[in-house]
Amino acid sequence: MAMLSRVADSLYWMSRYLERTEHTARLLDVTQHQLIDVDITASQQRWHRLWQALHYNEAMAGSREPAPIVELFTADSHYPDSLVASITAARENARQVREHISSEMWEQINRLYLDIRQQVQGHHWKQATHRFYGMVKAGSHLFQGITDATMIHDEGWNFIQMGRALERANNTASLLHSHLGILQSASDEQGVHHAEWVALLKMCSAFEAYCKVHTPEVTPPRMIQFVVYDAVFPRSIRFCADSIHAATIAIDAKHTRGHGQRVQRVAGKFQAMLEYGGVDDQLATLAHNIVQVQAGCSQIGAALHEVHIDYAVDSTLSN
Amino acid sequence: MHNDNFLAQYVLDGAWDEMCRPDGSARNHYVELMRRMQHITPQELQQRQQVADDTFLAQGVTFTVYGHEAGTEKIFPFDLIPRIITDREWRRVEQGLTQRITALNMFLHDIYHDEHILNDGIVPRDLVYSCRHYRREMRGVNVPQGIYINVTGSDLIRLPNGEFVVLEDNLRVPSGVSYMLVNRQMSKQVFPQLFDHYNVQAVEQYGQMLLSTLRSLAPHTSEPNIVLLTPGSYNSAYFEHTYLARQMGIQLVEGRDLVVHNNTVYMRTTSGLQKVDVIYRRIDDDFIDPLVFRTDSVLGVPGLMHAYRAGNVAIANALGTGVADDKALYAYVPAMIKYYSGQEPIINNVETYLLSERSQRQYVLDNLASLVVKAVGESGGYGMLIGPQSTAAQRSEFATRISQDPRGYIAQPTLQLSRAPCIIDGQLEARHVDLRPYILYGDRVTIVPGGLTRVALTRGSLVVNSSQGGGSKDTWVLYADKE
Repeated sequence: MAMLSRVADSLYWMSRYLERTEHTARLLDVTQHQLIDVDITASQQRWHRLWQALHYNEAMAGSREPAPIVELFTADSHYPDSLVASITAARENARQVREHISSEMWEQINRLYLDIRQQVQGHHWKQATHRFYGMVKAGSHLFQGITDATMIHDEGWNFIQMGRALERANNTASLLHSHLGILQSASDEQGVHHAEWVALLKMCSAFEAYCKVHTPEVTPPRMIQFVVYDAVFPRSIRFCADSIHAATIAIDAKHTRGHGQRVQRVAGKFQAMLEYGGVDDQLATLAHNIVQVQAGCSQIGAALHEVHIDYAVDSTLSN
Repeated sequence: MHNDNFLAQYVLDGAWDEMCRPDGSARNHYVELMRRMQHITPQELQQRQQVADDTFLAQGVTFTVYGHEAGTEKIFPFDLIPRIITDREWRRVEQGLTQRITALNMFLHDIYHDEHILNDGIVPRDLVYSCRHYRREMRGVNVPQGIYINVTGSDLIRLPNGEFVVLEDNLRVPSGVSYMLVNRQMSKQVFPQLFDHYNVQAVEQYGQMLLSTLRSLAPHTSEPNIVLLTPGSYNSAYFEHTYLARQMGIQLVEGRDLVVHNNTVYMRTTSGLQKVDVIYRRIDDDFIDPLVFRTDSVLGVPGLMHAYRAGNVAIANALGTGVADDKALYAYVPAMIKYYSGQEPIINNVETYLLSERSQRQYVLDNLASLVVKAVGESGGYGMLIGPQSTAAQRSEFATRISQDPRGYIAQPTLQLSRAPCIIDGQLEARHVDLRPYILYGDRVTIVPGGLTRVALTRGSLVVNSSQGGGSKDTWVLYADKE
């Protein structure tokens, strides 16, 4: 049976919003729990980078103090980029397509939503923030595992993979962008910035994996190589590009009309950029490359939307 | 284990009792059920009830309650004890409903074409034209196979003498059939042996029958693309929409999934537009096409009415069927049956006072305390005054409303609905019930044996609607040889 565009769109956004929930939780968690050992200036800079990575809108929210902003990003359901708003959007998209996901998937995302709501409404999360963010991350991982284990790996599943990989690539690019300063200026004073680099790796959930490949000796070039270009680390942008490309091929294979190849071409170009890039002086070109990644993500998202979801009516009629 | 006390709370009154004769002995078809009930302890009953409730909740068999916070989902209370109907009783209901639905369909065709029944003065023209659900847009439209009411559910009640009468017809988008189906699954699980003992006619074929009915509306296509159009997940009957779509293996679509191009309806899929041949719509006329009906509707499909009039898509039920289940026109259904078939109605109406008639209005205003007043355009148990249970203030409010808008109301005597045994706190108690059979009309009229028995779970209450504290139970129509 053909898949309704609306259903594909909801699966895609369910997946994106859940990934965003997890990303927000991880950033807030790492920033708060690395702060203990740094001085006041470094602390301010770190908060500043976090707000930048999360696209904090000061005009809209009006605060400059860390504590209220952390609360905003965690618990304010009216703030569109908050953790609680993201999980609500993810769950609402899932609710729209309950018939198309497995009941185990629905139960997990619904449970995660209810748990977060309960923690936030009762202000319990503040008593043990680390545990709270950990619960959110684990809930998201569990959902992904359940999805792989219980849902048919058909077109809908590929839209889910696509949403997650695109969101992750985009989030990682934003994160690197907000850390350009400490990555580029600091190559001569390693001791000072070491803690920041470790924090950055942790925000990408990459520290342990990095150590296995490169030992704990952290240097910006190696970090970039790992977080952007590594072929087998599942949170690298390169890895995401591979997933996106594979998903577009699988989605297009279902379609006889051939109009979907535009998405595949854009995704293929993006994948090639990451597979064959990364050999030059990465630090010098990092800013440029990040912009390229962000542009690529938004092109793929737009192409997907225009070809499969909100296409013009006469574009698909043969007569 | 023998439970002598299980009938201690079971009190008979003036209403017809489904299980007991007036002397308290069990009717023949309830003897075995009663015998088995004696051997089940209240604890056991409560356990089985808990299993049923948990299963419904886990399966998401819920409905949405309006007027509460968005997304308040509740289970429709399920009573374990089946309501049993004999083959003989059922055959008469089946014949009566077939006769009635056939006449109502002829009436719809007539008023949207030649108006014979109006010209002959059988039904007042005013009453038809003043009906909110009369659709001028349907004048002269030829619907597929000439069938307007493909899926209906008429509400039957049983008078104190045991006679089935029709309380109202639901000819627009009747709901509840999914509960009939899940109730059957549940009673088979809860009372497997009892179910085996009784020779019960099956209902599980409903999905297949509905699909055949819908297919028959697209006779020129061998593989018609049939979809179920839902208002979306916030609708109170969303569970039913998803359930039926799954049973039939068809797409569940929302208005925004459909587009009309060159008077043809398509659905948006990830691989392009796909033509739609038949729409089983679970959305009211008012909302179905913002270009023709309510312009503020975001649930419908712009241009759908044009595609429909062009004959490029079948819609079940047809538009404009609500005129025939208007509560004031209801009073004329027996006359319609005589007019179109020349036969006497097999199932009678409930006596109904038309408040637009001066003499009847006066009688009603003088006797509000003993009558039931209903708003003609409302359903679901809303907009009702039940005289004997009303306060003076409510009666005077209704008297004012009636005087201001006599066409908007009808009145009926307060009827004692029949009562059937229900489990209340581990004991059997009698509660008022009605019966909504589901009637399909494609190539011919077919009715699944039984239907949905709704129960007013509050002691003494006569309101069976789910939105007003009602519940439901499985309905067993027996085969002839077991009577």
